[in-house]
Amino acid sequence: MTSVISLQKLAKHYQVPEREAGLKAAAKGLFKRQYKNVKAVDEISFEIQPGEVVGFLGPNGAGKTTTLKMLSGLLHPTSGTASVLGFEPARRSHDFLRQITLVMGNRNQLSWDLPALDSFDLQRAIYSIPANEFKSRRDEFIEILEVGDLVQKPVRNLSLGERMKMEIVGALLHKPKILFLDEPTLGLDVTMQKRIRTFIAEYNKRYGATVLLTSHYMADVEALCKRIIVIHHGKLLFDGNLSQLAEKFSAFKTIGFTLDNSNVDLSQFGEVVSTDGARVVMRVPKEKTSAITSRLLNDLAVEDLTVEAAPIEDVIESVFAVKKEAVE
Amino acid sequence: MKRYFDIYRSMMKLSILEQWQYPVANYFYMIGMIAEPVIYMVVWSTVANQQGGVVGGYTPGQFAAYYIVWTLVRSMNVVFTPYGWEWRIRQGQLSMSLMRPLHPLHSDVAYFAGWKVVVILLWLPLAFALTLIFKPDLNPTWIEIVVFFFAIWFAYLIRTMTLTLIGLVTFWTTRVSALFELYFAAELILSGRLVPLSLMPAWIQDFAWFFPFQWAFGFPIESLVGNMTPNELLRGLGMQLAWIIFGVILVNIIWKFAIRKFSAVGG
Repeated sequence: MTSVISLQKLAKHYQVPEREAGLKAAAKGLFKRQYKNVKAVDEISFEIQPGEVVGFLGPNGAGKTTTLKMLSGLLHPTSGTASVLGFEPARRSHDFLRQITLVMGNRNQLSWDLPALDSFDLQRAIYSIPANEFKSRRDEFIEILEVGDLVQKPVRNLSLGERMKMEIVGALLHKPKILFLDEPTLGLDVTMQKRIRTFIAEYNKRYGATVLLTSHYMADVEALCKRIIVIHHGKLLFDGNLSQLAEKFSAFKTIGFTLDNSNVDLSQFGEVVSTDGARVVMRVPKEKTSAITSRLLNDLAVEDLTVEAAPIEDVIESVFAVKKEAVE
Repeated sequence: MKRYFDIYRSMMKLSILEQWQYPVANYFYMIGMIAEPVIYMVVWSTVANQQGGVVGGYTPGQFAAYYIVWTLVRSMNVVFTPYGWEWRIRQGQLSMSLMRPLHPLHSDVAYFAGWKVVVILLWLPLAFALTLIFKPDLNPTWIEIVVFFFAIWFAYLIRTMTLTLIGLVTFWTTRVSALFELYFAAELILSGRLVPLSLMPAWIQDFAWFFPFQWAFGFPIESLVGNMTPNELLRGLGMQLAWIIFGVILVNIIWKFAIRKFSAVGG
């Protein structure tokens, strides 16, 4: 299958002026400026197939948004190549822009003072969407997101979550084949996050769209993405599925069991993460999981013992803790 | 072409709807803007009266006509400023705009054109009130009215191009306000905004001919209140068109370089 997104050693470097604090350094900087070369994205390569939903993870400043901006044509790469739907994004051809969308959780493109319906009509004109098609798709999205009672209110009167839903409707009206979603659920409550996740999944299913998603909410990633790409310090750190990520980066596993006698010292087995009545959850070093499980079964009267990979949040924390030198 | 017509119509409609949300704010803005020409009008009328009723060929009634028309031309001159470019880059609004299959210049031209429709409607009662107070001497011919109609829209396009060019400097420096202030000072003197250009020394008038300022300000006013011949009127429209075409070409050339420098600092 031909990939719809392809990156070959894609890099973006910035020349960032830097100086020490104080007047003396400021005066010196007038005559001789010092710059630091920052490698925001450092020769990353990957390919994405049509219809895939890929989680693009990394800590703040890892290079996720810079990569999305290069893939959507906002930034010119310093080196390397990127191809999206066969187009070179930096050329920003209108045929390319008509087939993609970029949703940023903290940005908006709807008119603040008017009902979203007015802004949707502008999208129709800009993307030359035939009137019938526009109306049916708009109504379809409004129905799925259950925002029928909101589209006639000025956007400024909507809550953050309601505004985000409108932004997503506006961004998808032209039926893009590629969705670049940068923190689409940023700052939203759990219910709203879930609604937006469901909508993205539904859009992907109905239209076969390819999705590249960044999010700091692991629930988004777990619910939507079979494949994860992790970027850290501008470099590609991991490309695979969630369980492989846990296998590679988590130093721990979680053992859950129900205990007959709660007056037992469990510290000899591992770290107790939580207890709920007789139910205990422990965190143990990955390499000692088998041995500890055997000991628990032999030494204690336990029931319903389960061994699971560490929660995704813990895995991601381990990944983000990787030092820069380790990814050079 | 049909697509662009649809985009312009939709964008202008959006702009008109937005501006009607704040009619009072728009009115206050226009009333504030009127203070400047009223001061000029009073000063020059006083000077004219002290010099036997005429200064530089202008009577108080002609000054009143000049500065009342000035208020409309000034409103037509309001476009997206370099400050706006700074703002849209820092706020990340430009990134969202660049994601559309449409040059942002189209959005700006269409949006502010819609705003002008509201401005013209709001200007009419103000002009009526100023006319009652200052009694302008204004007797335009039909050809002058037709030329004036085109001249104010051409003026709008010229100023859009010049300020867009300055705005594009933000792609290199992020801050461009100092350059805009310099432009503004030159515009004040060479456009006919401070005083009709015909009252300026001959060398300034000659100098001004090489810049776009008077074609975006003085010429539209003169086309209605001056006694220009049909040839002068048509030549003026020709000069305006030439500056628009030159501006569009220059904006497109610089845009190609500017967009490569865009670092999307604001998102």
